[in-house]
Amino acid sequence: MSGGTTTVETELAAPRRRWLGINVLRDYGIVIAFMALFITLSIASDAFLTTTNLLNILNQNAPLAIIACGGTLVIIAGGFDLSVGAIFALSGVIAAKLANSVDPVFGLAIGLFVGLGCGIANGLIVAYVRVNPFIATLATGYVFRGIATLITSAFLVSVTNTDFTIIGQYQFAGVDIAIWIFAIVALILTVVLARTAFGRYIYAVGGNAEAARLSGVRVNIVRAATFAISGMCAALAGLIAASKDATGNAQAGLGFELTAIAAIVVGGTSIAGGEGAIWRSVLGILLIALIGNGFNLLNIDPFYQSLVQGLIILIAVGVDVWARASRDRA
Amino acid sequence: MQTPAVALHQVGKRYAGVAALTEINLSIDAGSVHALVGENGAGKSTLGKIISGAVRHDEGTLMIAGHERAYRSPHEALRDRVAAIQQEITLVPKRSVLENVFLGVELKSRGLPSVPLMRARLEQVQSGMGFNLRSGDLVGHLSVADQQKVEILRAVVREARLIVMDEPTAALGPDEVAGLFETINRLRRSGTTIIFVSHRLDEVVTIADRVSVLRNGRLVGTYPTAEISPARIVEQMLGRSLEETFPDLPPAPAHDAEVVLNVEGLSRAGILSDISFELRAGEILGVAGLVGSGRTEMVRAIFSADHHTGVVQVAGGRDRLRTPRDAVEAGIALLPESRKDSGLVVQQSVEENLTLANLPRLRAWWGGVRRRLARSEARELIESLNIRPRNPRRIVNTLSGGNQQRVLFGKWLATRPRVFLADEPTRGVDVGAKFAIYEVLAGLARDGLGVLMISSELPEVLGMAHRVLVMRNGRIVANLPRGEATEDAVMHAAFGTKEEVVA
Repeated sequence: MSGGTTTVETELAAPRRRWLGINVLRDYGIVIAFMALFITLSIASDAFLTTTNLLNILNQNAPLAIIACGGTLVIIAGGFDLSVGAIFALSGVIAAKLANSVDPVFGLAIGLFVGLGCGIANGLIVAYVRVNPFIATLATGYVFRGIATLITSAFLVSVTNTDFTIIGQYQFAGVDIAIWIFAIVALILTVVLARTAFGRYIYAVGGNAEAARLSGVRVNIVRAATFAISGMCAALAGLIAASKDATGNAQAGLGFELTAIAAIVVGGTSIAGGEGAIWRSVLGILLIALIGNGFNLLNIDPFYQSLVQGLIILIAVGVDVWARASRDRA
Repeated sequence: MQTPAVALHQVGKRYAGVAALTEINLSIDAGSVHALVGENGAGKSTLGKIISGAVRHDEGTLMIAGHERAYRSPHEALRDRVAAIQQEITLVPKRSVLENVFLGVELKSRGLPSVPLMRARLEQVQSGMGFNLRSGDLVGHLSVADQQKVEILRAVVREARLIVMDEPTAALGPDEVAGLFETINRLRRSGTTIIFVSHRLDEVVTIADRVSVLRNGRLVGTYPTAEISPARIVEQMLGRSLEETFPDLPPAPAHDAEVVLNVEGLSRAGILSDISFELRAGEILGVAGLVGSGRTEMVRAIFSADHHTGVVQVAGGRDRLRTPRDAVEAGIALLPESRKDSGLVVQQSVEENLTLANLPRLRAWWGGVRRRLARSEARELIESLNIRPRNPRRIVNTLSGGNQQRVLFGKWLATRPRVFLADEPTRGVDVGAKFAIYEVLAGLARDGLGVLMISSELPEVLGMAHRVLVMRNGRIVANLPRGEATEDAVMHAAFGTKEEVVA
């Protein structure tokens, strides 16, 4: 394309400046909020900025953070996974059962595959049967937790073999194994999203599924794969938690799916799909964790905690919607 | 003299800086049926929408029954008893006929909606119109013609004095059209003014008292239908002056040039029937036809974007194409009609869009994107297509329409296709950018690709194609080589106003 057409673009090309503020807030709000809270807590409490406390926060939140990392892929691809809490419980229960009857390591491995299977089931239902992901995973969540309850007859499954507690209670290089696992998962998924063709497809499918399909992207496979990854992450998180307590519990992880989604959204990943990043969800989880930690350290009435978390989520989603609307107007 | 139902003086409307209507002066008699006709994009629907309040004009004055008006919503227009019946039915499918008819104007007794009152009123109105709908039936279960009756009833119970009907016959069969015309005649006898927007000229001549012809957003003329033939209306719609210029086309391919695309018996139930043609290397094949004639559906079927039957062969390959991915791998590129809905991922960067269809070639052994290669490929495309700004990380949303269209071209050029399907490639780009797009298309043909170009702008098809296919009702009704493809020949074939030769 040559010549004669260079003048018209300029006035249309520049994004409108006056929306810069809201977009910056949307893009980096989580960083600002996290840093502000981190600094505030460092000043307000001597106990906060200590290696022990910080590692403790990470260790306690590693399972949720892993779930949020997997869920981020689902949400960027335009989906929603409400079954992660149930997969979390089911994989832990199966691992504990098998640890007692066969072998702890075998149990953990099978638990992981159970999560993968659950995730694939979600993916097939959403991508190929075309059930709305919200409803589909709400339903499969009931099914998965139902299976967990049936397997255990609603009793806790204690594991006596201490090999089972490797990933929940042991440390490597002075840091809990759970934190290492979380770090590795976050790193791998970051690379997948940011560096691979599959990652590009995830963004494209969430951003404009029809355009992706007409570009030769196998949209259904990409969608299903994000659910499979999310299921596997939920299982890994469930195994860490079961390992920590040396117990499989069919009622574990209740409501985790909502906390994870809240963290993803607070981090700035758009619920509309097509945009987002792993580091955002990690910061989102840590922000929610810091709020809890801050309430503890500062002896604030914990009754306020839920209120504060709810408001923060509302603000995050509100900013996202607002920024999106203003950009569409521009 | 009686006050006209509608009087427009120097009315103009611009969308995003592009003029849709310019200096419209028109007076419509009360109690008449007035038709608005024109090519796709001539402005006839926009004019209807301004009168019915769906769109607000930004120049000139609109007088409704002698009062100056600038409606901000159809609701405001309704207060002046102006109603609209849209091309797409706008009813609530899961509610009854009664509820739909009285939605928003429920008859009340002691402050509460009264079903007996409304049922009685509905019966009264129905007998006046000769309708016989059951008030309790769900609207979603009715035929399109009956749904339209519900829309008309809606307008009547609101005591509309002026009804704008936008392509009301588009989805109706011949018997149903006759029924609608009877209704329109009844309304006219009762003094209601009807504005009838249509591109079916035979119908216009049958039902309307007068017809206004629009071309490129301007009013060409208003004629009593008793004094004008459909063929003459077509001439008025086209005009005689073609100012647009086109780049030099490469010579038409020789008869033994390689067939890059062979389509045989392509069909899709109710939409496409038995479409067959060949496209040769270096050829630009134009596809003309009215909106709804199946042009977009045809290229989507070729690209395997929709289910279809029939053979699509690329460059003699025996590949059976089942998905768009197969089509991409076979060497077909599809520039879709709607850039934003099915072309670009607008919140992603120029580079991400440019490489999306070509990622399989840019993939490293471990699944990663070879970023340096991707970046250099993006830069090359930005240079060769002159995409501005030149920043590959720029978000596509912030580019102008013309530059977005170039990104879309670039995405497909990256896949090195043999066949390039372009559906309305110049829609929504300004005149200067149009010429650049013509040059790209001509360049593709020169490089030996087969190019198929759909356009609703007839001069574009005639100026850019070696050969023109005309579609009507999902069929190819004419196959005209450049010498024979005149405006008259194409338009008559598209409208079906003359027997044409099917090649």
